[in-house]
Amino acid sequence: MLIPHPLLGLRDAQEFTYLGDATLLNRPDPQSETADAAFHDYVYLRDNPAGVHRELWFHDAGDRSWLVVTRDTTTHEILGAELARDVKLGITA
Amino acid sequence: MAFSGFRVVKEALTGHKGWGPLWRNPEPQAQYDFIIIGGGGHGLATAYHLAKTYGKSRIAVLEKGWLGSGNIGRNTTIIRSNYLLPGNQPFYEFSMKLWENQEQDLNFNSMVSQRTIINLFHSDGQRDAYRRRGNAMHLSGAGGTLLSQHELREIAPFLNYDNARFPIKGGLRQERAGTARHDGVAWGYARAADRLGVDLIQNCEVTGFRIQAGKLQGVETTRGYIGAKKVGVAVAGSSSRVMAQAGIRLPIESHVLQAFVSEGLKPIIPGVITFGAGHFYVSQSDKGGLVFGGDIDGYNTYAQRGNLPVIEDVLEGGMALMPMLGRARLLRSWGGIMDMSMDGSPIIDRTEIEGLYLNAGWCYGGFKATPASGYTFAHLLATDTPHDTATAYRLDRFARGYVIDEKGVGAQPNLH
Repeated sequence: MLIPHPLLGLRDAQEFTYLGDATLLNRPDPQSETADAAFHDYVYLRDNPAGVHRELWFHDAGDRSWLVVTRDTTTHEILGAELARDVKLGITA
Repeated sequence: MAFSGFRVVKEALTGHKGWGPLWRNPEPQAQYDFIIIGGGGHGLATAYHLAKTYGKSRIAVLEKGWLGSGNIGRNTTIIRSNYLLPGNQPFYEFSMKLWENQEQDLNFNSMVSQRTIINLFHSDGQRDAYRRRGNAMHLSGAGGTLLSQHELREIAPFLNYDNARFPIKGGLRQERAGTARHDGVAWGYARAADRLGVDLIQNCEVTGFRIQAGKLQGVETTRGYIGAKKVGVAVAGSSSRVMAQAGIRLPIESHVLQAFVSEGLKPIIPGVITFGAGHFYVSQSDKGGLVFGGDIDGYNTYAQRGNLPVIEDVLEGGMALMPMLGRARLLRSWGGIMDMSMDGSPIIDRTEIEGLYLNAGWCYGGFKATPASGYTFAHLLATDTPHDTATAYRLDRFARGYVIDEKGVGAQPNLH
C-alpha cells in the first residue's frame, strides 16, 4: 500500500506504524462526570467498519508525523491522507 | 449411517453406492428455540453440544455462505493448550481433552494428530518465562517438557541454532499438542449436529435483529424472518458487523492473518515448531506441504487477503530459523479475517439484549478452541451461566479491569 503523505507525496506503508481508528484523536474529558464510561468506550470499543475507515498512521521511518489516512477496509484502497494535526485543529486543505 | 472400517470394506465391495450426503439441506422453519449465527467450526460445535450434551432441540445454524467457509477452512490447523494465564489455560486444556476424543465422539475422521508442539527460546530470560509457562500448563494437567538445546538438536537437527540474533537455546514442548484436519472438523460437527436434528441452513445471511423492549424476538435474514428464543452469534472475523445490527459496539478490530503452504515434501518437520522471536511457525501436513505463518498484517481489514510486506517478513523468519526452507517452493498463500480483541483473549458471554449471546474475539487462535468454544457456548445458551472453564471470558471485563492479556501489550489489537 502507498500512502499519499500530504507533505512528502506517495510513501510505502511499510514506513508507517498503524495505531487504529482516528476517533482516538478525540480523547474524552477526564474531569467529566461520566469520564469512567467515556474512557472505557474510548480505549476499548471500536466501530470496526467494513468499508471506509479513518485511521491513524505514524510515519516513524519518515518525518515522524501522524497522519489520518482514509482507507477502504474491504479493498485496501487508500482514499486520502491528512496531517493528524490539521484534522485535530480543524484545518482542512 | 455411522462410519466404520467395516462400512468402508462393505462399500468398497459394493461399488461405493451406499454413501450419501453428510447432512440435510432443510428449509428454515418459522421459529426455533435456538439459532446459532455462523456455520463455522465454533457455530457448528455449539449446535452439536446444545443438542448432544445439553439435550436441546429446535436448533438452527444460519450460515451466510457454505458451511466451514470462514476461518475453519483457512487456518494452519494447530491444536495446543500451552497458555499461561488462569483465565485461559484451563479453557484450552478442556479443549485439548475434547480434541482427544473428538473423532469417537463425532464418528468422523478429523485426523487429530498429537504430534507435539515446540516453542523455541533464545535467551536465559525467555527460558525462565517458558519454565513458568510450563508450570502453569502442568497446573491445568496439560503437561509439557522444557527441552535443552542438546535434546532439541536430536529432534530437529535442521534448525539454525547459531543464528547471531536469536541463537536457539532450547524449547518448551507440549507432547499432546498437534494438528487436525480443519475442514474435517467443520464437516464432522455439521454431520453430527444434523444427525441430532439440527437444521443447518446455508446461504442465509442475517441482515438484522428484531428486538422489542430489550428482548430478542428473532432475526431478519435473506431467507426471511426467523423467530428464536435465544440467538448465539459465532461469526469471528465479522463479529463487529453482525453485532452492529443489534446496536452493540465491541472491543474488537478485524485484521487479516496470512498463511502459506509449500509444495509437498517428504516428512521433515517433527510436529509443530514456533519461532516467536522471528514471527514464524511451521508444521507439515499429511500431504507433505509445509504449512506456516507469522504475524497479522496489522491494519483493520475485511479483505480476505494480505499484502506482500508481511509475506516477505514471514519468509525471512522461516529462512532465519531453517535455511533449508529456501529450497522449497511456495505453493500458495491466503488470508483470513481475525476478530482481534483488545486483550488478545476471546469473549463468550450474554449481551445487554435478553436472548442475544456472543462468542467472539478469538484473535488468531480460534481453531484450537473449536471444541471447547462450542461446548462452553452451548452451556451458556442452555443454562444462562458460564461454563466453569469460561468464566473469565466476560464481555464487561474491560470495564471492570479484568482483562486477560497473555502478552501484556494493552488495548492495542494489532500487537496481540
